[in-house]
Amino acid sequence: MTTKLFGERILRVEDPRLLSGQGRYLDDLAHDALGVAFVRSPHAHAKVTDVDVAAALAVDGLVAVYTYEDLSDGAAEALPLLIPHPTLTHGRTPYALANGVVNHVGEAIAMVVATDRYVAEDAASRVVVSYDFLPPVVGIAAARDGADLVHEDVPGNVAARMLQEVGDAAATIAAAPRRGSLSLSIERSASMPMEGKGVVARWDGDDESLTVWTSTQTSTSVRQAIAAKLGLPVDRVEVITPDVGGGFGVKIVHPWPEEILVPWAAIRLGRAVKWVEDRREHFISSAHERGQLHEVEFGYDDIGVLLGLSVRFWHDNGAYTPYGLIVPIITSTQLLGPYKPRAYRVEFDSLYTNTVIVTPYRGAGRPQGCFVMERVMDAIARDLGLDRALVRERNFIQPAEMPYDHALVFQDGRPLIYDSGDFPATLAKLKALVGWDDFAAYRDAARAEGRRVGIGLACYVEGTGVGPYEGGHVRVETDGTVVVSTGLTTQGQGHQTMLGQIVADELGVPMERVRVTTGDTRRFKYAVGTFASRTAVMSGNAVALTARAVRAKALRIAANALEASPDDLEIVDGQVRVKGSPGAEIDLGAVAVLSNPLRYAFDEAAVRATQFVIPADPTSPPVASGEAPGLESVDYYSPVRSTFANGMHAVVVETDPETAEIKILRYCVVHDCGTIINPMIVEGQVHGGVAQGVGGALYERMEYDSSGQLLNASYMDFLMPYASEVPHIEIDHLETPSPLNPLGVKGAGEAGVIPGSAVIASAIEDAEGIVINAMPISPSDLFGLRQAREDG
Amino acid sequence: MNKETMYDITLTINGVPYAIRVPGRRLLSDAIRQEARLTGTHVGCEHGVCGACTVLVDGQPMRSCLIFAVAAEGSDITTVEGCLDADGGLGPVQQAFREHHALQCGFCTPGFITTITGYLSEHADPTEEEAREAIGGNLCRCTGYRNIVAAVLRAAEIERGRADAP
Repeated sequence: MTTKLFGERILRVEDPRLLSGQGRYLDDLAHDALGVAFVRSPHAHAKVTDVDVAAALAVDGLVAVYTYEDLSDGAAEALPLLIPHPTLTHGRTPYALANGVVNHVGEAIAMVVATDRYVAEDAASRVVVSYDFLPPVVGIAAARDGADLVHEDVPGNVAARMLQEVGDAAATIAAAPRRGSLSLSIERSASMPMEGKGVVARWDGDDESLTVWTSTQTSTSVRQAIAAKLGLPVDRVEVITPDVGGGFGVKIVHPWPEEILVPWAAIRLGRAVKWVEDRREHFISSAHERGQLHEVEFGYDDIGVLLGLSVRFWHDNGAYTPYGLIVPIITSTQLLGPYKPRAYRVEFDSLYTNTVIVTPYRGAGRPQGCFVMERVMDAIARDLGLDRALVRERNFIQPAEMPYDHALVFQDGRPLIYDSGDFPATLAKLKALVGWDDFAAYRDAARAEGRRVGIGLACYVEGTGVGPYEGGHVRVETDGTVVVSTGLTTQGQGHQTMLGQIVADELGVPMERVRVTTGDTRRFKYAVGTFASRTAVMSGNAVALTARAVRAKALRIAANALEASPDDLEIVDGQVRVKGSPGAEIDLGAVAVLSNPLRYAFDEAAVRATQFVIPADPTSPPVASGEAPGLESVDYYSPVRSTFANGMHAVVVETDPETAEIKILRYCVVHDCGTIINPMIVEGQVHGGVAQGVGGALYERMEYDSSGQLLNASYMDFLMPYASEVPHIEIDHLETPSPLNPLGVKGAGEAGVIPGSAVIASAIEDAEGIVINAMPISPSDLFGLRQAREDG
Repeated sequence: MNKETMYDITLTINGVPYAIRVPGRRLLSDAIRQEARLTGTHVGCEHGVCGACTVLVDGQPMRSCLIFAVAAEGSDITTVEGCLDADGGLGPVQQAFREHHALQCGFCTPGFITTITGYLSEHADPTEEEAREAIGGNLCRCTGYRNIVAAVLRAAEIERGRADAP
């Protein structure tokens, strides 16, 4: 009997390779390639008046130096604005190499190619760039002020202003029995995968074809972009994503300048060319996220029901907007969480600054939105002297109200409609898990010992599985191996395992027979990418539908061979057999042989499919009408709209009365991502997300000075959590299937990170009795807040 | 600019001697990856903070991005590839990582495997707190460490089981 794999803690098929040092990450490829180093701007805002490469040319081992002037055709154009939105009235994108002006420290000015990276860096250090300085715009305050401009043709530094309103928020708030306001800010952090970006390109002059390997979250779209920018027919370009050492959002942006420049140079030089980002480059030339300032007004009734909510916020989008307005749009829509204010108004400005670009980092605007909404809930509870959990309960959308239409437009341009979820049940589970109702006694006992402890909670809803589509290809080989491919990429989420579980179950084959490939355009050319917790929903359903089609075809062919009706057949352990009739069976591999009627017996198995062996009906063609040779199929999954996962976190913190050190004593998670495919992998995703949430709440911030220098651009200075900073995480699950897709799944990738700042702020506030309006919070920040309270 | 002076050195990596020719500034991490073609050792920060490039040098965990290859002349180096069992199967630490889902993207993992291998050779039966401390110098951005701590304890258990085996 084939054991059901869906829903089981199946160990990852990726692991033996990765654990034994046999992974193939970008820098493990192409040892013969030339090395690349970039000359990057040390200034945040300047005109580039001259680039003198003469001294670099003298370096032994130098192959080429390129500046903007050398670029041709599409490579010389500004990079694409990937997600145009009608309200992005002043979108700006960079050039692959600076075209006369630099807008942030780290922007590439010249590309140096040499025999290896060491030599390329030697030569890069000898390139002399002359600048005329322009005033740098750093931080939201300077951007809003608008006295200095990042782009001289963008007034007020405003890339976009967007407004959505449901009901009349101002009037509702004005008429509410009680009112409040908050000013809330979140600082910048970044994805910071352990492996930075990297690109290898090989040009085959004989074949006139280009193969590019890149550490990306979307190989199919990189392929299209390279073909477009380099003027190549798209069928002459293939893009392969090797093993990727983490993405968390930053690698969904594309094409990065290097993804154009490295192939461009490889074609010109006729040599393999490789660039591997170093850690400092990653800090100053990849993307950041999170920096936003929010002014919030709200009105509520005497039992804590939120009536009207108005949020005005300012989003720091950095120097350019290649990824459009996705982050602030998500903040503005996902801010509502599991709640239903009667009137809601949200308006944001997306502002240019002379800093690294801002694009989605795991959570993608949701952590900020969750922080805003949950601060409002806590403020209401504080004002009314009510239990914080009770206030949330009173504002929840109820299960009977699902599907719930917020009457807003989501990030995919489709209506914001929650598909399912049981928020009261989630909260009940969380309260039980953390011991919410018993905490007051614990807090009092701790107080009596001179200790300060506090508890916090935060709730979120996460739109997952956004479209437009993903696809799958499934083929049964003649040896019974099942090869599966999907176009989106993998950065450590265990997709080979998760997708393998689905296909093995659908086809009735053992897991060991299934081989899954992701992110290789040679195998699958149509895909969107890996982001927004979408792989399980999109590719999971796509490969399930595809496997069902293959199964149906296998049954049709086997029925012929077994002289039975397809309806009487089942597939168990890779054997198609007649139900209840032992012995009448045929291996799936043999079915694959029969699926491809042959003239030539090229191997032993093929003999069975040749024309003198297969019993032939001389009146019908060997390949029936509507069929195709081969036991394989391609299918796609395209949803009408997103699924919505949800979860709630509770945390217990202790703050040191003297040093203001903040210690997490317990961290509890209740998570509902719909039907779970592999609980081990889902829990791993939650753990990792929580660690990043803790980092964002207590440690991580990008320290820019007023001249636009990133002062902490290294792992020594940018504080990411080590094992000593991440608490033990306790998890409970709820599984509310999505009605939107065949598998009922919702996606889990980003969930863990979303409520980090909200829940920890809530707990510190509870421990200290000080209102927390800005995150992250360091011991020094907390110490300062205590001093301010004492100073009155 | 003149050609660099090259040095002939011998590194013993995972029991195999490698005679290689490198410039004086060549990092040990690069020599292992490029000259010896053992790409299991990864470079995450290039300044000794993240621990991804950790290898055992004469049995001690060291950051190969902070050592010049020429300075390791004559050393006995163990990389993640050398942490496999003699039969080519996963070694105790690697096996424990798989059982406890202690890796996701796998990029930082080789540095954890070598660090933990070195640690367990001197601490056969760590507590959970000690296990957490043992990995306290390595960064992982994917896992949140909980499963890595569990894997340290499990690896110790596997190794003790082997030591007790007749």
